[in-house]
Amino acid sequence: MVTDQIWPALDYSRVPYRLYHDPGIYEREQQRIFQGPVWNYLGLEAEIPNPGDFRASYIGETPVVFNRDEAGAVRAFVNRCAHRGALVRRELSGNAREHICIYHQWCYGFDGGLTAIPFRRGVRGKGGLDAGFELGAHGLRPLRLGIVNGAVFGTLAEDAEPLEDYLGGPILVQLRRLLDRPVRVLGYNRQRIRANWKLYAENTRDNYHASLLHEFLVTFGLDRSTQVGGVRMDARHRHNITWAEADSDTAEIARQAYASARVRNDFLSLQEPALVAFHPDHGDKLHLVVTSVFPSAVFVQISNSLAIRQIRPRGVDEFEVFQTMIGYADDPPEMTFHRLRQTNLVGPAGLVSMEDGEAIEIAHRASKPDADHASVIELGGGGVISDRDYRVTDVPLRGFWSYYAELLGIEPAGAVR
Amino acid sequence: MTLDRGAVGDLLAAYGGLLDDAKYEEWLGLFAEECRYNVVSRENHDRGLPAALIFCDSRAVLEDRIMALREANKYNIHTDRHLIGLPRLLRPEADGPVVEAPFAVFQTDQEGSTRLFATGLYRDRLETAREGLKIRDKLVLLDTFAVPTLLATPL
Repeated sequence: MVTDQIWPALDYSRVPYRLYHDPGIYEREQQRIFQGPVWNYLGLEAEIPNPGDFRASYIGETPVVFNRDEAGAVRAFVNRCAHRGALVRRELSGNAREHICIYHQWCYGFDGGLTAIPFRRGVRGKGGLDAGFELGAHGLRPLRLGIVNGAVFGTLAEDAEPLEDYLGGPILVQLRRLLDRPVRVLGYNRQRIRANWKLYAENTRDNYHASLLHEFLVTFGLDRSTQVGGVRMDARHRHNITWAEADSDTAEIARQAYASARVRNDFLSLQEPALVAFHPDHGDKLHLVVTSVFPSAVFVQISNSLAIRQIRPRGVDEFEVFQTMIGYADDPPEMTFHRLRQTNLVGPAGLVSMEDGEAIEIAHRASKPDADHASVIELGGGGVISDRDYRVTDVPLRGFWSYYAELLGIEPAGAVR
Repeated sequence: MTLDRGAVGDLLAAYGGLLDDAKYEEWLGLFAEECRYNVVSRENHDRGLPAALIFCDSRAVLEDRIMALREANKYNIHTDRHLIGLPRLLRPEADGPVVEAPFAVFQTDQEGSTRLFATGLYRDRLETAREGLKIRDKLVLLDTFAVPTLLATPL
């Protein structure tokens, strides 16, 4: 049993490998984090524009469905029949007036309420359910929903704070910036990584690795640690925004800085410069914004590629990254084309993202045999967890672990928050 | 114009063989001067969604991707093995003959462990050049769209 004694340091600058590999911890995460007082990103309102439209999603490993009812309201429920525990809605998306489990045809409405049961009174007066069986007590478990500019979040906890409080001011500003007008879904991509899901949650908060692991960023001048940028968190430090501004350094400054890193810094040029061209969407200079929302959502702008990633745990040793690529509904055709071309940058085959799959798998593989050893998180210094206006930092990882420890009930006395 | 089945088979065999030997620059030579190469998940394709995993709308982008693979990208150390099935020669369209072939790609790591990495369908629009058949527009329709680990070396 893992306790608050597991942490070697009260500032979360050491993370024992056990936390990535212990099946018991994984089970506790499902209960206390995903089914706990957090808000989980589920999908976009734009994916279910019409009454009856539905989409499957997940809260941790729990299958859920969100859909739009006749009145136009978004509803969601756990996708598991009250009768025998089977998936009710098997398709990933579609349009339907009701949701019927194929096993025994139990029928549910948009809100998950149980509306009909076959042979409820039996056949020829024999069999069926007792007269006292209440349909109203056997619906699908409903989710509380919150929506920010069309991004649908759900929670299974009745005591979760309101979504806007949970996200906090800086995160809300970024989500409203990214989703400041109606979006169009350009497509999805999926990646299966053989590692613990938290390694990915850390990766998206790790500003330090970006231009070292993803050499394309530096080699082709897309993003460098010498640019103006930093990290910004919510008050509880559970979420993080990694940001950078375009054209805020010079090639010479970058060349000198990267001379000590073993990163190719002679700035090759691309035959198709549009691959990295940036046309501001929001009237600001931000060309890289990675907004990580605890526990498992990431809203990403890299140049003009826009995406939302959902981390879907699949056991202690595997997770899926489910990524929704978006543009804006009012994008002219040439902008849509530009975004499609820049999908080359991101996703499982992304020129500036593919390395994460490998880095995370080798971290998971090599750390497994030595559960009591710990990783080191000290870029930007130890101690207090706070925003930084520079990029060579991994402080937000300590924020993640601080809130994680609180939810799991393993926060040691005197720990930083 | 009727396609020669033997020539199509030679082209597909060279395609898989050059990729498995990591001769990516020679592999580029199988494409026409004006060409496209897209890897699209079946999930997006079936829903009519335009996003691709790899989107090379021109030879320039395709060559940039190979240069990035050589100069910048890091990926799981492995070898590929393409198994390409019998091609179907579809009825020629106005802008050239079209060929479909099923494929599977197995990846083997440094310790000799092999996994099925991807399976799907090639849909190639070809053109006849003086030096033989060239690929003008290749769609890699990816059945295995839950990409294992990452996708670096071309399918």
